[in-house]
Amino acid sequence: MTFSMQHREPRDEDLIKGATGDWEIILGLEVHAQISSNAKLFSGSSTAFGAEPNTQVSLVDAAMPGMLPVINRYCVEQAIKTGLGLRAQINLRSVFDRKNYFYPDLPQGYQISQFKHPIVGEGVVVIDLAGGRSVAVGIERLHMEQDAGKSVHDLAPGNSHVDLNRSGVALMEIVSKPDMRSSDEARAYVTKLRTILRYLGTCDGNMEEGSLRADVNVSVRRPGAPLGTRCEIKNVNSIRFIGQAIEYEARRQIEILEDGGSIRQETRLFDPKAGETRSMRSKEEAHDYRYFPDPDLLPLVVEQADVDRIAANLPELPDDKKARLMSEYGLSAYDATVLVGEAVTADYYEAMMKSGSGKRDAKLAVNWMTGDLFGALNREGHSIETSPVTPKQLGELVDLITDGTISGRIAKDVFDSMYKTGRDPLEIVEKDGLRQVTDTGAIEAAIDAILAANPEKAAQAKEKPALAGWFVGQVMKSTSGKANPQVVNKILNAKLGISSDD
Amino acid sequence: MSVDQDTVRRIARLARIAVRDDELPALAGELNSILGFVEQLGEVDTTGVEPMTSAVAVKMKMRDDVVTSGNHQKDVTANAPKSEDGFYVVPRVVE
Amino acid sequence: MSDLTKLTLAGARDALKAKEITSSELTGAFVKAMDEARVLNAFITETADQALDMAKASDARLVKGEGGPLEGLPLGIKDLFATKNVLTTAGSHILDGFKPPYESTVTANLWRDGAVMLGKLNNDEFAMGSSNETSYYGPVINPWRRKGSDAKLVPGGSSGGSSAAVAANLCLAATATDTGGSIRQPASYTGTVGIKPTYGRCSRWGIIAYASSLDQAGPITHDVRDAAIMLGSMAGYDEKDSTSVDRPVPNYEAVLGQSVKGLRVGIPKEYRVDGMPAEIDALWTRGMEWLKAAGAEIVDVSLPHTKYALPTYYIVAPAECSSNLARYDGVRYGLRVEGKDITDLYEQTRAAGFGPEVRRRIMIGTYVLSAGYYDAYYLKAQQVRTLIAQDFANAYAKCDVLLTPTAPSAAFGIGESSADPIAMYLNDVFTVTVNLAGLPAISVPAGLSGEGLPLGLQFIGKTFDEETLLRTAYALEQAAEFKAAPTSWWRT
Ligand SMILES: [Mg+2]
Ligand SMILES: [Zn+2]
Repeated sequence: MTFSMQHREPRDEDLIKGATGDWEIILGLEVHAQISSNAKLFSGSSTAFGAEPNTQVSLVDAAMPGMLPVINRYCVEQAIKTGLGLRAQINLRSVFDRKNYFYPDLPQGYQISQFKHPIVGEGVVVIDLAGGRSVAVGIERLHMEQDAGKSVHDLAPGNSHVDLNRSGVALMEIVSKPDMRSSDEARAYVTKLRTILRYLGTCDGNMEEGSLRADVNVSVRRPGAPLGTRCEIKNVNSIRFIGQAIEYEARRQIEILEDGGSIRQETRLFDPKAGETRSMRSKEEAHDYRYFPDPDLLPLVVEQADVDRIAANLPELPDDKKARLMSEYGLSAYDATVLVGEAVTADYYEAMMKSGSGKRDAKLAVNWMTGDLFGALNREGHSIETSPVTPKQLGELVDLITDGTISGRIAKDVFDSMYKTGRDPLEIVEKDGLRQVTDTGAIEAAIDAILAANPEKAAQAKEKPALAGWFVGQVMKSTSGKANPQVVNKILNAKLGISSDD
Repeated sequence: MSVDQDTVRRIARLARIAVRDDELPALAGELNSILGFVEQLGEVDTTGVEPMTSAVAVKMKMRDDVVTSGNHQKDVTANAPKSEDGFYVVPRVVE
Repeated sequence: MSDLTKLTLAGARDALKAKEITSSELTGAFVKAMDEARVLNAFITETADQALDMAKASDARLVKGEGGPLEGLPLGIKDLFATKNVLTTAGSHILDGFKPPYESTVTANLWRDGAVMLGKLNNDEFAMGSSNETSYYGPVINPWRRKGSDAKLVPGGSSGGSSAAVAANLCLAATATDTGGSIRQPASYTGTVGIKPTYGRCSRWGIIAYASSLDQAGPITHDVRDAAIMLGSMAGYDEKDSTSVDRPVPNYEAVLGQSVKGLRVGIPKEYRVDGMPAEIDALWTRGMEWLKAAGAEIVDVSLPHTKYALPTYYIVAPAECSSNLARYDGVRYGLRVEGKDITDLYEQTRAAGFGPEVRRRIMIGTYVLSAGYYDAYYLKAQQVRTLIAQDFANAYAKCDVLLTPTAPSAAFGIGESSADPIAMYLNDVFTVTVNLAGLPAISVPAGLSGEGLPLGLQFIGKTFDEETLLRTAYALEQAAEFKAAPTSWWRT
């Protein structure tokens, strides 16, 4: 199953207009995702974030003489689970190689990785784009490897301080095919990948803490022309920066090419402050990693039975959940996509729908959830998990609107006090007497009173029906918004002799 | 395949071993005699032969995902030629 | 008892159990012997105080009739084994001052069984050598001398400190490691017994790595029984070593003395290399006679890829060492030579910290793994390795154990052979095949050369069949009755 680039026709919206004509951007991403696990890939050290320097470093992580790696079974299962989530081929036999190079944050002098025989082969990620458009991005491979430590450069002039806490933490390097054609697609890809990993629970996707980093390979070409020379932008650690880095880098390359220059293949760094990419001097020197199978480890052999067991326990994936929400609740692709972005969001929605009678208005429910509820959560700095309004309560509010107990306007007040007090909507409606008045007698009385109090305005209104609106406002005021607007219009029009056009 | 002095310089750089120019000729000679010695493997027909991955055929044992080590900051830095506040210290690494 | 240091491990064990001697007396005698033998340069670090403390603790257990299989027995430890808080150098300048905060699994097993540590034994730098002349701490001198000569001879390598210390009675037995012959060749050069068990039999955890796929620990001892006793304690599964094998350790001592009647002993014709001294050829033939007399059957076998073993070894071992030794960078332990930047620090530290032979092998290994050469060298070598292993599998269809010489010569003089790397490598011609195939092998002293120097014969066994190996070696030992010993000329 390969989704290679040739299958894609350039879209005009994606092309960059240069001085000498159009350019197409070709993007491939290498995402490093930290495997969620208690211990490191080959040692018994903790992976917890933010500990004191070198306190989560075993003798193995510090590469003490004679120390040996022993692989963490759970990390292997997490990699397989991720492979299945990417609908990818799982290789029952994979091999750990040593990638040899010298760097202070690489204590062994080599990184244990998988070069020739990765544990996961080709797969696919379907990304969701504006206007309900979706694109299948091919996955080339996924392999396991060790993370490096970290060097701190600003503790003392002229020195770097090395902390090996991260050294040996398990990573999955997920390599895409060069299937993306715009920064939007690249951002959508990382967003979707992150969603999948979080659904699977194989990576927390926390980009601030570096649990998810992307190396972005950027090249440009004339539409349909052969591939251009690519530059790799290393370790971009936010989805916004990925977009900015691509936009800048593509334009940089186009400028060079349009000035008759040529692109030098190199690794670059994105500087968020300057909003530009810079060549990485330290990586200039040509590398020769001298990969060879790690003789301290045996080939990694997994049984098909283990793969099947993991597959059987796979959670519902975002694409499946989206399809189900659309068919079960008749939601639009757009609404469904918004809901499945986080499993907890979809869960909240489904809890809300299931808590109801069954004829709860699915569309109205989405609007209230993604509109008023999300708005309030953002304002108050709450998350969907800590929402003071339960799915059941929000559902009941939706029902009160549908059955005409309260108007949409009143519902907003009810929601606010639900959010503040956590009380049930019906209780609020009753206690604060917010029921919508539909009884014509009461409304007629209110109208008569106002007409009587304003005879000349009434006369004008008979001439100019447009003025009737003023009376509606007065009636709503006098009933403190509880009067059913339709009923008010009907009676008022009758009394002013205006033909109701509904 | 014969190794010239530039190759020796390149290899020494990869291996992070400083070599003086006056050492290059002797080193090139030694490497060439050893490489000449191992050349004879070329005679062996290895078509379709699996490279050895392990001298004894056993399935790789795996560890459970439990934290068994930690807070050895002193132990892992005690032998360091230069350390400070629990960090290893090296000359500034520029990115 | 007259000279306690002349006891075998088994003899001392029995004397301790019988309470004829105490570990403190025994250990004291060895401390004195070490002190008188400094000229041999067998030890890099002597731990006399620690030894006497351990001996006292052993005596306390022994009087209560308690204690492990090695209770109170003083041993020497090759300086390739990490010993907690005791200087561990691998014979290299680059590990200056390194005191591991951990104990290797093999030595931990020995202390668990009650053994006493006398000190750390000299060896070729990072076990790279066949004469112990590459050690930063200087060459070890073989206690044996040629008839009527006082020329200094090498004790073999890389476990030269171990072989010399056992031969000179500076310890009851010693640990050693064998990557291409580093246990068996020194044993042959010093009239001692050395066994390299099957790859995976002893844990490599805490042993400073040279070539991970070839390195194995084993003992050097006075006789076959002592080798069986030592191996029994050193061996065992270790979950900290992914390549260690999970199978029970048999009682090796129990098989000694069992008959070799009907045992099929294979003689690989390819080991009759041209230029092999006649006396070694003769010794080999005598070995066959002894075994025949004991009821064994001699069968001719062929190991066609034997001549490719050394070239294969000199690709695989340097390749692995070039990567294994990358961690010696002056940052976390050992020697550090400051530089103008990090790369300069690395290059100066490693140039100053590694000796010529280690630098040479790192360079070779780096070259054969470098872009464009991997397939031609490393991959090819690993394929030939498979063929070499198949040779043995085919041979074992016809026989139970193989008999060969251990080394193509007796001990040579210091400086005689170290000039030309290739000439030096040839010392391993009979031993290196075994490491490539992961098989167990043992060297037993079988006679003296014309110059009065010890010569060993080697048995090669099937995977994890150390029992047949020891049983056969014991039978040959009985027949050979090798009783010669060096005069203690070094005593001052
Ligand atoms: Mg990358
Ligand atoms: Zn990577």
